[in-house]
Amino acid sequence: MHELSIAMSVFEAVEKEAARRPDSRFLSVGLRIGELTAIDKDSLEFGWEAITRDTRLQDLKLAIETIARQQKCGTCEEIFRAVDFETQCPKCGNLATTTISGDELDIAYIEVDET
Amino acid sequence: MSQIAVEKKVLNENQIIAQRLRESFAENGVLCLNIISSPGSGKTTLLERTLERFPNNTRVALLTGDLQTENDAQRLAKAGFPVKQITTGGTCHLDAKMIEKHIADWDLATLDLLIIENVGNLVCPSSYDLGEAAKIVILSVTEGEDKPLKYPSIFFKSSLMVLSKIDLLPYVPFDPEKAKENARKVHPGMEIVEVSCVTGEGMPTWMEWLERQKTQALTAAV
Repeated sequence: MHELSIAMSVFEAVEKEAARRPDSRFLSVGLRIGELTAIDKDSLEFGWEAITRDTRLQDLKLAIETIARQQKCGTCEEIFRAVDFETQCPKCGNLATTTISGDELDIAYIEVDET
Repeated sequence: MSQIAVEKKVLNENQIIAQRLRESFAENGVLCLNIISSPGSGKTTLLERTLERFPNNTRVALLTGDLQTENDAQRLAKAGFPVKQITTGGTCHLDAKMIEKHIADWDLATLDLLIIENVGNLVCPSSYDLGEAAKIVILSVTEGEDKPLKYPSIFFKSSLMVLSKIDLLPYVPFDPEKAKENARKVHPGMEIVEVSCVTGEGMPTWMEWLERQKTQALTAAV
């Protein structure tokens, strides 16, 4: 259940931004979460609701984008999606490929209404 | 309506402290290792057996995390090296701030090795950087071979997998080759050592791995 801690960290980051823009209405916060991070989307949303309730951010929605795990082959430079942890290069059969995405845990953007 | 680009790590605050810790470990030539596993797969026992094998003048200190009790620190303290318990009071992982607080009165210049035993949990600790040089994940043969596939994050982020309790292999339906294959699916090329803390089998390989990391940390610090 570290989703609650993650939600708390998102909340703190958004609050800092909110303090800088007292006249804006915050609509959503965009998160990019890699499939390797073991973060459960539903738990994160549940934690988020609990944390934002009765705060200025209570209507703020989480927009979660799940990032697929992609591998890059060091031999033929093929980039491919690793499905079911299959990390062998589908093109040349090389076993030693490098993960280039899927480990993200980022706040990408905040959507605001500035009227 | 407009979008403000943030492009920040969610755990940015943790990351800042972890980076500070990593720099001070590097300056002082301290190898910091973060040991993670499910509850009961033998973190504390592996550390007890490891400490027994260290010469008395080894410059090692330990932090051990649990939700409650000082039991692990008491077990580890028997070897005579500095140990501190971090009781998280319910939090399922250690974070960088807890590490910084608990090592504040230790002089890093007097250490070569800092071992952090994380809270028993395969999920949450994987998200929190503690400033370590390497994460080590322990998988015991009384668990399932598919654990690396079920909890990929920690196997992906760990430099080494210790397959523990191998003395029990004759009694459990555990296929070590399958487990290793699964770990390497998640983490191609992952280093793996197999140990038994009861018979001592594999302990020399584990100790050699540790020594190699220590040497690398010292070389990097010079």
